[in-house]
Amino acid sequence: MAISQMVGASIKRREDPRLVTGTGSYVDDLPQTAIVHMVVVRSTDPHARIAGIDTSRAKEADGVIAVFTGKELLSEFGAPLPVTDCFVPTKKYPKHYPLAIDKVRYVGEPVAIVLASSLSAAQDAAERVEVRYDSLPPVVDIEKAIEKGAPVLHDDVGSNLSYDVKFAAGDIEAAFREAEVKITQRLIQQRLIPFAVEPRGVVADYKPWARKLTIWSSTQIPHFVKVWAAVILGIPESDVRVIAPEVGGGFGSKIRVYPEEIMTALASRRLGRPVKWIEDRGENTKATHHGRSQIWDVEIAAKRDGTVLGIRPTQWLDLGAYCSQFGTFQVLGMLVAQGAYRMKAFDGRAVGVFTNRTPTDAYRGAGRPEATYLIERVMDLVARETGIDPVEVRRKNFVRLEDQPFTTLLGLTYDSGDYRITLDRALQMVDYQGLRREQAEKRKQGKYLGIGLSTYIEICGLGPAVPTQAAVGVSLWGMSVVNVHFTGKATVIIGSSPHGQGHETTYAQVAADVLGIPVEDIDVQHGDTAIGPMGMDTYGSRSTALDGNAVHISAMKVQEKAKKIAAHLLEAAEGDIVYEGGKAYVKGTPSKAVTIQEIAVAAFQTSRLPKGMEGGLEATTFFDPTNFVWPFGAHIAVVEIDADTGATRIRRYVAVDDCGTRINPMVVDGQLHGGIAQGIGQALFEEAVYDEAGQLRTASLVDYLVPTAADLPSFELEATITPSPVNPLGTKGIGEAGTIASSPAIINAIVDALAPFGVKDITMPATPEKVWQLMHRNGGTKR
Amino acid sequence: MIPAAFDYVVPRTLPEAVAELVKRGQEAKVLAGGHSLIPLMKLRLSTPSFLVDIGRINNLNYIREEDGHVAIGALTTHHDIEFSDLLRQKLPLLSGAAAQIGDPQVRNRGTIGGAAAHADPFGDFPACLLALDAELKVVGPKGERSIAARDFFVDTFTSALEPDEIVREIRIATPPTGSTGTYLKFSRRSQDWAIVAVAAQVTVSGHNVANVAIGLTGMGSRPLRASGVEQALRGKGAHDDDIRAAAERAAEGTDPPQDLNGSPDYRRHLAQVLTRRALEQITAHH
Amino acid sequence: MRRRVAVTINGTGYEHEVEPRTLLVYYIREQAGLTGTHIGCDTSNCGACTVELDGHTVKSCTMFAVQADGAQITTIEGLAKGSTLHPLQQAFWDEHGLQCGFCTPGMIMAAKQLLERNPNPSEREIRLGLEGNLCRCTGYHNIVKAIQAAAKVMAPGAEAKAPASVS
Repeated sequence: MAISQMVGASIKRREDPRLVTGTGSYVDDLPQTAIVHMVVVRSTDPHARIAGIDTSRAKEADGVIAVFTGKELLSEFGAPLPVTDCFVPTKKYPKHYPLAIDKVRYVGEPVAIVLASSLSAAQDAAERVEVRYDSLPPVVDIEKAIEKGAPVLHDDVGSNLSYDVKFAAGDIEAAFREAEVKITQRLIQQRLIPFAVEPRGVVADYKPWARKLTIWSSTQIPHFVKVWAAVILGIPESDVRVIAPEVGGGFGSKIRVYPEEIMTALASRRLGRPVKWIEDRGENTKATHHGRSQIWDVEIAAKRDGTVLGIRPTQWLDLGAYCSQFGTFQVLGMLVAQGAYRMKAFDGRAVGVFTNRTPTDAYRGAGRPEATYLIERVMDLVARETGIDPVEVRRKNFVRLEDQPFTTLLGLTYDSGDYRITLDRALQMVDYQGLRREQAEKRKQGKYLGIGLSTYIEICGLGPAVPTQAAVGVSLWGMSVVNVHFTGKATVIIGSSPHGQGHETTYAQVAADVLGIPVEDIDVQHGDTAIGPMGMDTYGSRSTALDGNAVHISAMKVQEKAKKIAAHLLEAAEGDIVYEGGKAYVKGTPSKAVTIQEIAVAAFQTSRLPKGMEGGLEATTFFDPTNFVWPFGAHIAVVEIDADTGATRIRRYVAVDDCGTRINPMVVDGQLHGGIAQGIGQALFEEAVYDEAGQLRTASLVDYLVPTAADLPSFELEATITPSPVNPLGTKGIGEAGTIASSPAIINAIVDALAPFGVKDITMPATPEKVWQLMHRNGGTKR
Repeated sequence: MIPAAFDYVVPRTLPEAVAELVKRGQEAKVLAGGHSLIPLMKLRLSTPSFLVDIGRINNLNYIREEDGHVAIGALTTHHDIEFSDLLRQKLPLLSGAAAQIGDPQVRNRGTIGGAAAHADPFGDFPACLLALDAELKVVGPKGERSIAARDFFVDTFTSALEPDEIVREIRIATPPTGSTGTYLKFSRRSQDWAIVAVAAQVTVSGHNVANVAIGLTGMGSRPLRASGVEQALRGKGAHDDDIRAAAERAAEGTDPPQDLNGSPDYRRHLAQVLTRRALEQITAHH
Repeated sequence: MRRRVAVTINGTGYEHEVEPRTLLVYYIREQAGLTGTHIGCDTSNCGACTVELDGHTVKSCTMFAVQADGAQITTIEGLAKGSTLHPLQQAFWDEHGLQCGFCTPGMIMAAKQLLERNPNPSEREIRLGLEGNLCRCTGYHNIVKAIQAAAKVMAPGAEAKAPASVS
């Protein structure tokens, strides 16, 4: 490969001129003519039989075109909403249709749709739909859900237990026999509302005489939506086109096939007119899936010298009212809970239950934040119990460079990395020893400083064909098309569908280096199922590791063909052709070069092509890497506690991350900033709270506390680069690392600050009141 | 969401506005800056069928000093209060509180008259007006009357205003030399309502506290005065120990709510902490 | 029941009959066709709908169009001059102050007011000035940097240092 110029350069994003001028088009911004507005009538009862729905008054309202209930549409659903295996093929789950049929199971579940000529008319009419509910007792607690006698959500499942499975390896009994230190701890992953700033939205347009359906959706997965819209609606997949236009953030919340995508399409087919639905924020807090909502119980076996011998974690996962498409993806947390550490035994149990709350699914990190929170809290708990510095406990247990490629107890193999290096650098950046001295001084003055570590690794790059097919039913390879046009400009089509990640810029950088075509002459297209082969879309920090490398490989294929054409034009042997900087020449005579632009012209002129060669300069790749990729890093949070109010102030946040090759370091850092902020949001601010009656009490941004600029610090970032050996670019992933690392760093710091009060744990979000209570539970006395 | 449909009128004078309210009765609501009302209407928690928009009535947006009083027109925005040189000098409690309401965009539209009339127990101005012994001049069908702040705030979202009355002006006696104030607000997130806030106005004479008034936000169904603190401190020295002891009485007689943001116990504690800090901050200048 | 509302947006006059309940943000997006102003919530928290109205920023989702009758409004579409971006737009681009871009128009409008009121803000003042605008992508880090960069360019005297155009 020629020396990189664009890969590694922080060039400005090509997406931005349209976005900073307000001229990008999100779903709600698409030009609309003769459009029908859809409003969804949603359940106000968390658990009830639908005794009746009277739509007559709504149908009479001004501007109303139609009103449909679930029962009325049931015959049109060729299949229920999809559910993938996601690590638990044995799980039990109910059929879930886009609209409730005879029972509602969470507040916000679709009950009926109203279609009207204006949004205000649709909203007015929706208030006139009268639903009679026969209320049933709701289940709103994970543990109570599977108690004997608990109300059962799904008769066809039989109980609220979806699965109870083991993930174990090594002799855990031996580990506990050997243990000098045994610790038991419960850790809570509170329920979270993802909050992409753009709520979801869909426009569906079924053209009856063409028999073709187009769906514009604010989604992370246009290709999967295409497949499932076809299956559920009984339309040939070849007649369905899904477009993800500008998408205003996802964070996992736009990763599944949603009821509204199906309902708008169905309504459009019924009415023969385009139908639009835009989620409002109150609706978003209930109708878009939630994240996390898990209890983790862990037993730790360790030695006095800080060696962790084994852990026995149980993950209680709240699936919510149904099993969402990737609902059990969060079980990944169990598979990677060993973290960056060696141990002898792992005895994991994963339990999934149904409750009368919004279904849960992927939320930034999806399983990995849970795993990291668990193992990083374990390290600090062991440090506290043994009196050894948390840094030393980590060093003692780290997977060492000589162990790489390291295989975990559960059989996953890490690709590369020396975890000591990122930790050492982060410690240097914060002056760890100096901070420890300051902490001791401050404690004497009744001031509380805390230092929290998080030395994470994460699995990403989903992924290799065989394991991903087992998990989600299809092989999640990378896809790209690279097409050099007659004029020497290029189009790159990718299978991932970004929503803020900057693929239009970074993938152009990748192709530019291989082809020597100026980056501004390369256009990257995405998010439209009609422009290329089946893509596998964007989630799980997979895009650069998969599609980014697929772009590289397609560009290399194009380069190979260009070399063949150049050899023909230069009347030389192909083996003697050198290709660099967008030029091909015979080795030793760079002055007699043909440019890629000249080669492109020749590619469309039969007379100038080698005999028998097909025309055009285009290549397609489905990239199947040999393994997942494993970014890692060390994050350190320094916090100060206001002893009077319990408020936490983040004084410094330092991160050293290694995501392999950085195509565009500016974009990488941006992903980290946002990720860290989101993890801090979980650690300090955010929680979706349900009351005992099953009502969501944080159903707006007034009560669900997404942090503002004034609530967050600036972040100090550095990087190390350990290229991944499993893909040609050496890239890993970075979209979720910040979120994965930061929650435990913050909580470890707060617990560290409160050590004089005997505090060993605090549940997230660590609100000022919780901190204050922990400081005062013994009358404010220090231990 | 879009609010339920309503009809709308834009009177040019206060008497016209009052006449509209009289005519429409309970179905009408007054629209000023709209920052309390419009969000409720969008969620359809409030569905008035008639809005009287007083936003275009002239001469209701002013801050001036007259006859030993500071007078503030009801349509004066939080932003104008925040940036008023007169208030920053004479009533820093009020300008300081204004700076902590919502966010800059909200402060550009929200009005002091609207905030008072809304009588939100978590609003920032009510406790200030209570601590400053403000008078609210209100106009109704029978003409104008004056309501003391201590009588004005009755309960959650309930003031002493009749449905056909409109706040015209807020009047506050200009504090004497040596009197100053501060508003300390505690919330979990920058743009939020207070969990608890303390409005403190203190007159120091020599080394003694000549007068002190403490208003509390978030400690009951309406703004409250911390009269225990006031009693403990009035006429006493302004030493740290005096302040500390007085501040411990901040929660006396309060009935703080339990909600997502805080328990009653925590609120009582915060009231004490914020009161102490406010008093320390003010007396440190002397 | 419909009311005539006339406003000037980005220097262009608009006049439409609307229901009194029409929120200003819908007027801007649907009547004037300017979709750069976004709707991100219904409780005045997120700030995606921020526009400038008679010189002050407002959340256009928390105002009826009828209240804006006669007003001068500037939206994100009105900031660039021809093909030259406003210094804030340029700085957001230069400093990677946006990712998904949905909050960006409101964020830039809020930042514009911030710098007009305080041309040389500290980091803390910038952060407080943005408290009415939520972003989920950037952690605000590069937004703060962008505003700092724009402040330098927009500072009084900064233009004087630029080379005078040749007439």
